[in-house]
Amino acid sequence: MTRAQFEERFFGTLKWISIVFFTAIALFPLLYMLALSFKPIQDLLLDPGKWWPTLDQISGFETYRAVIRPVSEGGFGFLTFIRNSSIVAISTVVLTLSVGILAAYSVARVNFFGRQAVSVGMILVYLFPVVIVAIPLFVMFSRMGLRDSLYGLIIVYLASTLPVTLFMLRGYFQSIPVELEEAARVDGLSRLGVIRKITIPLAAPAIAAVALYVFMIAWNEFLYALLFILEKRELWTLSLGVNQLNSQEVPKTMLMAGSVIISLPIIVLFFAAERFLTEGLTAGGVKG
Amino acid sequence: MTETLAPETENKTKRRRRKTPMARSESRFGVALILPAVLVVAVLVVFPLLWNVSLSFQKARLIDIQDVSILGADWTTKNYDTVVGVRDFWPVLKTTFIYTIGGTILSIFMGLVAAMSLQKAFRGRALVRGVVLFPYVVPVIAAAFVWQVMLNPQFGIVNEWLGWFGIPAIDFLRTRSYELSVFGLFTLTIPLALTTVIFFEGWRYFPFAFLFILAALQSMPKDVDEAAYVDGATLSQKFRYVTLPALLPVISVLFLLRFIWTFNKFDDVFLLTGGAADTEVITVKIVDWMIGRGNVGAAAALGMILAAILVVVVGLYFKFFYQEDEA
Repeated sequence: MTRAQFEERFFGTLKWISIVFFTAIALFPLLYMLALSFKPIQDLLLDPGKWWPTLDQISGFETYRAVIRPVSEGGFGFLTFIRNSSIVAISTVVLTLSVGILAAYSVARVNFFGRQAVSVGMILVYLFPVVIVAIPLFVMFSRMGLRDSLYGLIIVYLASTLPVTLFMLRGYFQSIPVELEEAARVDGLSRLGVIRKITIPLAAPAIAAVALYVFMIAWNEFLYALLFILEKRELWTLSLGVNQLNSQEVPKTMLMAGSVIISLPIIVLFFAAERFLTEGLTAGGVKG
Repeated sequence: MTETLAPETENKTKRRRRKTPMARSESRFGVALILPAVLVVAVLVVFPLLWNVSLSFQKARLIDIQDVSILGADWTTKNYDTVVGVRDFWPVLKTTFIYTIGGTILSIFMGLVAAMSLQKAFRGRALVRGVVLFPYVVPVIAAAFVWQVMLNPQFGIVNEWLGWFGIPAIDFLRTRSYELSVFGLFTLTIPLALTTVIFFEGWRYFPFAFLFILAALQSMPKDVDEAAYVDGATLSQKFRYVTLPALLPVISVLFLLRFIWTFNKFDDVFLLTGGAADTEVITVKIVDWMIGRGNVGAAAALGMILAAILVVVVGLYFKFFYQEDEA
């Protein structure tokens, strides 16, 4: 066997081992989380190796009911948190897209003084430490009475997702043939009409990808929520709700159920739009 | 002015003379479209960044936050003295660097191996490629807590697996240092909790590197590959002399991005260990100054130090590693 043949075989085998390894490390924690959200912790303590639940442990959805039930009925009030998270994430998506599409079009297509500076400035902002912005915002919002409100959270998420949106959409807008827009102008559309009737429909896949990203960022966010709304339980988003379950007094089964509740919508959305997302990610480079 | 077309070429020739009314209206339109975005970022990002500078030079406490003003009355460098003076300032800085560099290198290395493995098409590749992205899209809070449970010394699955090999239970996230015996020959002392946190970073962010490297691999010209094959290069030689050099631009950009983002990261360490067992990084310390000790001024000062270090490191990167033709 020559060296070349040996390497062919060696790396050929190694490749499959690596594929199995990466699939396993990506998938196993989620399966484990799902299983443990049903498995009573006493059973697990008896034999940690038997982590999968039995059928009748699954059928009742006991832990999920307890997590979702309002506090007044002895639960953890997750229904409210789901509602808050949805309000915050959807509002952020709508606001970011309305402001971001116009801005991205401007940077991609319109000649104006300072266009380059704005592009570069936005990217720089995107690289700055979130904690540093959070401290003065905390002071500012406290003084303006915007702390302890979902509005405050939404506008902070708007500001932190705008640069990504601008960056990702700009590239896509530039790839749309300019002749299409010119033809529409000749046919009598105004400039705003062109954006509404030509650019937006043509960029629909990119816009969908950006919308999903912004949704994920707002849905998953933890630091700002912790700083701004911790003191008002009725305003908590899901991340604060799940964080509260991480305590000595709460069984880990509940913690895992909460984790499943916050992860499930994201995973479903991700699978629904995986192709857009992977393309969008490499086009823009998304902060993590 | 009547509505007329303003194609880019026409504009360029005219701009050389004087600004035409058309170009001026174009300019106004552009500014109007971008204004809302610029205002939002100015008010919610740029202004707070500047205010942070002023805060770091003022006495500002959480309890009398309502009285904190924008410019402050008497400026002082006391906050900086306080922050640098605490016993754990240098250890925290060291931890931050180990965490950042370790997490960055591990995630890029894992991403590279994953991308190389998934480069050639096979049945089910699309599905595997989607699944491999899970760690990156799952909410950080869920990811951190499932790791905590998996690593739990009483009922976690990882210690169960270690038990199969006769290794006694280990409390991964709360053990400061661990004596690892290498085949009974010698012992290595490793900072266990910090190492675990670095593995979490590697696990969580390798999909990001994976996507970029895979895209680069798939856009590489086929003929170089074939030339190497004709010349009789083995797979390892091809990787060493063809693939890796071609990937270097992407890898160096990834290194910069991941370095910056990991350096600024708060949630991961905070949720996994809360900064216990020598895992406290600078961002966790900042939040501790602010919420834990109620000293907003000190938090702002430490934030300034974080930003300064970042600027220096990025500056060095551009001075020594950046080439014009990259990415």
